[in-house]
Amino acid sequence: MTVKLADPGALARHREALAAIRSPERSVIAVCVGTGCRANGAIDVYEALRVEVEARGGARDVESRATGCQGFCQGGPLLLLLPEGIVYQHVRVKDVPEIVEKTVLGGEIVERLLYVDPPTDLQCRREEEIPFYRHQQRTLLRDNGLLDPTSIDDYIALGGYSALSKALDMGPEAVLEEVKRSGLRGRGGAGFPTGRKWEACRKAEGELKYVVCNADEGDPGAFMDDALLEGNPHCVLEGMIIGALAMGAREGHVYVRQEYPVAVDRITHAIEQARELGLLGEAILGSELSFDLRVSRGGGAFVCGEASAMMASLEGRRGVPRRRLIHLSDKGLWGRPTNLNNVETWANVPQIVLKGADWYSSIGTEGSTGTKIFSLVGKVHNTGLVEVPMGTTLREIVFGAGGGVPGGKAFKAVQTGGPSGGCLPADKLDVPVDFDTLVAEGSMMGSGGMIVMDEDTCMVDVAKYFLRFLASESCGNCTSCRDGLAILHDLLGDITEGRGTRETIALVEELADTVEATSLCALGTSAVNPVRSTLRYFREEYLAHVDDKRCPAAVCKALIRFSIDAERCNGCTLCALRCPQDAIAGVKKQLHSIDQELCIKCGICKDVCNRDAVLVR
Amino acid sequence: MSETQASEAGRVAAVLARYPRHDPGDLVNILHDLQAEFSYLPEPALRETAAYLGLPRAQAYGVATFYHGFHTEPRGEHTCTICMGTACHVRGAPRLLEQVERDTGVAAGGTAPDLSLNVEEVSCVGACAIGPLAIVDGETHGHMTPDGLSRLVAKLLKKDGPE
Repeated sequence: MTVKLADPGALARHREALAAIRSPERSVIAVCVGTGCRANGAIDVYEALRVEVEARGGARDVESRATGCQGFCQGGPLLLLLPEGIVYQHVRVKDVPEIVEKTVLGGEIVERLLYVDPPTDLQCRREEEIPFYRHQQRTLLRDNGLLDPTSIDDYIALGGYSALSKALDMGPEAVLEEVKRSGLRGRGGAGFPTGRKWEACRKAEGELKYVVCNADEGDPGAFMDDALLEGNPHCVLEGMIIGALAMGAREGHVYVRQEYPVAVDRITHAIEQARELGLLGEAILGSELSFDLRVSRGGGAFVCGEASAMMASLEGRRGVPRRRLIHLSDKGLWGRPTNLNNVETWANVPQIVLKGADWYSSIGTEGSTGTKIFSLVGKVHNTGLVEVPMGTTLREIVFGAGGGVPGGKAFKAVQTGGPSGGCLPADKLDVPVDFDTLVAEGSMMGSGGMIVMDEDTCMVDVAKYFLRFLASESCGNCTSCRDGLAILHDLLGDITEGRGTRETIALVEELADTVEATSLCALGTSAVNPVRSTLRYFREEYLAHVDDKRCPAAVCKALIRFSIDAERCNGCTLCALRCPQDAIAGVKKQLHSIDQELCIKCGICKDVCNRDAVLVR
Repeated sequence: MSETQASEAGRVAAVLARYPRHDPGDLVNILHDLQAEFSYLPEPALRETAAYLGLPRAQAYGVATFYHGFHTEPRGEHTCTICMGTACHVRGAPRLLEQVERDTGVAAGGTAPDLSLNVEEVSCVGACAIGPLAIVDGETHGHMTPDGLSRLVAKLLKKDGPE
């Protein structure tokens, strides 16, 4: 049975005791088992490592550790060897004996597992040598690679929960003041000043107040919050406990997206551990603070990321937003004062308390302080999580950390802000990424998704994609959103299928205005952003669809045809064999041809052709 | 009450017993647990849950049908899920979905009449680095192509087919 920590002194002694048995020179092999690496076979690599280390009797001096997302998903499965900081990428089970033999026991590098920087051909041994990491400032994500997220001791050994001790010593008013002065703004999308939100909840009348963590990360293409919850759940918990102290809340909820089962397990486990040590529950660390937390799973509805819809969901109702004439801070969950912050916002709180508001606000820009984690995905070399100071330019993120667009293709756009955001073109690459600038440019920060698009991406198709998503996620309450988005989607369908005219575009613009003006919640009012921003920056692409019945990116099926390049085709018959429609005619070693009547434009012929002989126009 | 019905009622009761506070706020959590138990939400289970939490049946049914994560019809044995996140979309996810729909005749969100397969969409699972993705019976397959998916699903369904 674990003994509860009676006071902050006991916590400090516990940390010292951990330090005494954990030599800093000890070898740790940290295997990333974040979502991306896990899908790539990282669990098998971790198991193989454990067996190998055990077999060599080195269990005492060498620890294999399964960590959360280390960020560089492109290189997965990833291995971080401590204390040297060596990074191995694309590690397979068959590499494990050699890694243990050579690197862990022999101090020798396995060169083929190192990252090679494409432009310079230089081998990178350590994180800081890899451009992907070099362009970052990882104040939040750094610990993800260093700790086992199922071990509260790992977190405490790294200084975890010392911010809570300090906060208890400071008292609620001073903590609130520090968060206000830090300039922290909500990381979920809206960017509302966190300190002001906290103050409103603190001042609200009521015996029982709630703090809630929004972990309903619904933006497709964004997984920062998942990475934090899976990789460092105690950091989020510590932030929430400090928030409860500052606002006088007794109860809290973590509302997690059900599509993240590992995150659900990790945060549930972390709560149990914190309870056992007396970091949650009655009289936390012997203080007057009593606070406890529950985990609630979402039901797979994007709209529940909206604050009032989330409250409805937490109360066991359909996730329908309500008019927010009264703030959550006055009447939120069960009609009581409630504070809702996003995962990344909560995760920022411990370091603000620990290192101070002055330190925090020295990072980033005047209006947007601190760092922000972006999930950099799509048509980019280095897919993964990138944490940079606010105000970093899009170019620095996409081309610096991200390494640009692969396959020699041209960059076309970067989409930020999720389904409510917008697409920014190449001439906006030098825009600094902060809350206000992105809005001024017709997009938004959102929760931090950043999807790179290249010349093969059709912007009309992208706008249609987001409308399809939002139309299906509309809760159905407002006619303009429920029906308007469906009609907008159909109108874009007309354009991508060759039935559109300039009047269609005019109608799209008019209807977009109506949906924005007459929808109740942000899902509806911002749903038109992807259409607006693509019309603003890529109008010529829309015009090509309606005037010339042409899809410049060769994506929209109704407007393209597949054919075979006579110069390149060597008559290998591969395409004819794989064509599901038997639409390709041709005998061995002779030019093949595609029957346009039968062709369904599935693209399999293009996928399988080794000579790039299938043309799409 | 038939034997099957009795055992089903017992399983519902066992799930409900995990939530001793009768708190309506637990409704979504309970429905998740019931679905894990039955693979869908049978109507008697919804009725029991509503009674247990003191809620109108309409509320339990409303919640079960509002959220995409719940199913009120029996589910197929295998599930093929295509990630339709933005990153997967720009890397060709719609082609994957079309392929599996064409191959199996099951539309996204549907179940084969013989209950052999569910075809699902998901809006991002956070493994964007290896997109486009297909998740077959819980196992994630990265860098998926329509042709590869076609073979994967054929293999999956053949395994259970007649010899």
